Amino acid sequence: MATNFMEFQAPRLPANIPTRRLRVDRVQWFQTAESFRKSNARFLTLWGADDRDRDGGFRIYAAYLIPNTVMVVEHFIEDSASPSYPGIAGFYPAALRMQRAVADLLGISTDEADTRGWLRHGGWPESLFPLRRDVDGSQQYPVESAPYPFVPVEGDGVHEIAVGPVHAGTIEPGHFRFTVVGEKVLRLEERLGYTHKGVAKLFENSSQQNGHRLAARVSGDSAVAFSWAYCAALESLTQTVCPARAIILRALALEQERLANHLGDLGALGNDAGFAFGLTQFSRLKEELLRANIVAFGARYLMDYVVPGGVAFDMTPDARRLLLDLYDAMEPSVSQMRSIYDEHAGLQDRFREAGRLEQATAEKLGAIGLVARASGIACDLRVDHPWAPYDLLAPKLVVQTGGDVAARVQVRFDEILESLRLCRLFLSEPPKDAIRTSVPVATSGVLGVGLVEGWRGPVMIALETGPSGGIRRCHAHDPSWQNWPLIEYAILGNIVPDFPLINKSFNLSYSGQDG
Amino acid sequence: MWNTLSHMLQTGLLTEPLPAPQQTAPALKTLQKELLQILGRALCIRHVDAGSCNGCELEIQALNNPYYNLEGAGIKFVASPRHADLLLVTGPVSVNMEEALKRTYNAMPDPRFVVAVGDCGACGGVFGTSYASRGGVANIIPVNYIVMGCPPSPAAIISGILRTIRPADIGA
Ligand code: SF4
Repeated sequence: MATNFMEFQAPRLPANIPTRRLRVDRVQWFQTAESFRKSNARFLTLWGADDRDRDGGFRIYAAYLIPNTVMVVEHFIEDSASPSYPGIAGFYPAALRMQRAVADLLGISTDEADTRGWLRHGGWPESLFPLRRDVDGSQQYPVESAPYPFVPVEGDGVHEIAVGPVHAGTIEPGHFRFTVVGEKVLRLEERLGYTHKGVAKLFENSSQQNGHRLAARVSGDSAVAFSWAYCAALESLTQTVCPARAIILRALALEQERLANHLGDLGALGNDAGFAFGLTQFSRLKEELLRANIVAFGARYLMDYVVPGGVAFDMTPDARRLLLDLYDAMEPSVSQMRSIYDEHAGLQDRFREAGRLEQATAEKLGAIGLVARASGIACDLRVDHPWAPYDLLAPKLVVQTGGDVAARVQVRFDEILESLRLCRLFLSEPPKDAIRTSVPVATSGVLGVGLVEGWRGPVMIALETGPSGGIRRCHAHDPSWQNWPLIEYAILGNIVPDFPLINKSFNLSYSGQDG
Repeated sequence: MWNTLSHMLQTGLLTEPLPAPQQTAPALKTLQKELLQILGRALCIRHVDAGSCNGCELEIQALNNPYYNLEGAGIKFVASPRHADLLLVTGPVSVNMEEALKRTYNAMPDPRFVVAVGDCGACGGVFGTSYASRGGVANIIPVNYIVMGCPPSPAAIISGILRTIRPADIGA
């Protein structure tokens, strides 16, 4: 691959992990995707931008993870009247929904067969593309009906079950269309986009200094990951070096976020399999962690903790001791719960074989993050593309090969133990310098990237600066984009009543993918 | 089994008395009496995410952890709006959820209460109003009470629920 692409110029982009930009024409856009696929590069994200005001056309970007580097491929689309580019979903199926989202927001189309809208459900006129620069994003429109043709399945004894967008429980909205025979699922089609809040457009009205607040709220359960990714992009653009103490505190907060979510999921998974005791115990552990967060970080959920140049709240020696005590109490409890889960025949009966995602399928469809690691794919930015402070810590890569609910449970258990180890390391001798430094205004018109392995997987921010401390374009990517389509495969051949359990074992973000 | 039992015993009873962060929040006993007077049974809550970032959901889920144990106080979450007395709505109302929120509200029997949860539910929060967001919940359905916070703590959410169902607030 390298020989093919060295002939293109690929200069470095400002980023927290080595990142390069490759400018390509229409044909090369397609060829790069093909070569990356052949060389097993992981597809990260795809986004577009309206640059007609500045350059007279549109841009489409795709980011790939290749060994030691993130490659951002950029294609300039000159035809501003009917902009289009070759779709890459044939190589990377996960790109399809992202391309549909780009079509909804920017009116840039592809040659893919599926031209249905994704984020637009009729809430704004079909001829209006909200992310274009000549569209005032603050205007409201009446909802018009926009029928969504689900792929029909016919046959003897086949029927459909439609679920959502409002679900029976405290979870986010989305629609699931099951095609079943008896109890068995023949096909599942997801329809998402219900929580689309126009985040990308909002970024364009935000200042560089304030964008982290919006980033943190792309998916609230990953607030630290998103706000860190945003700040990493901005700090790279301004060559800001954060104080060592701030870096350690950020990583500590990120691992706390991982712990909180894994604990919550393990409880919910036990509950969905009929073991309410699991929910009681794990929700207790999670609550104790959140209460410690108030003392250590100033809030239960760290929506505004990571700020440009550092963190917003310093840790006292008392808080440090409190956290260490928390870990000492949590670790034996988690280990004990693990053996209870492992030995509980009823639980194991529900977990094993349920929602299996084979490694080959996971590879082909481009699984990422926790879900990929449960299907035998070794990938974790903290290990493969480590940024400070992970570059000095050698985090242990957790991999399970089962691909079923049981494997996704085991990955969570393993990662809790590894996060506890890392947290203790962070707290062993925290540097004593400042928690924040000032971040200057970044030059206008430059692209920077921030990448962080959140608890679900890689979270990415691509930030292009605007004049006078403004933001020209900011793309926030949640790993749920890649992993949502996988559930459509994992559910095949399972029974409908197992769907909540399987869905929970992935626990993907609706808000993160809807934007 | 022995393992499970011993873990239960070690954990003990964690449930705290219902918090009263605001003076007007009634104590548990009065609450249960008031619930009986108003509804003649437990208070049934339905939650709808009208477009949140999912942060508020996490704190609503926490209401049933052993520390808050809301169900123990005679307040339970139900699966259908037809069984619900009170609707907890999170998030700014996204245009894509506007219709579903209205339908959920209309499916509820009278008397019904609506609590908007979080800065987003209050006014749209960081998302405000835009082509994709209608802003606060009150822009779409009538709201009885607003719990501010991003996300609000479980204690604040409980306090908000209690204040909403107090008879004094019903007449208002
Ligand atoms: S109030 Fe905060 S936590 Fe709740 S939905 Fe809005 S941004 Fe998320």
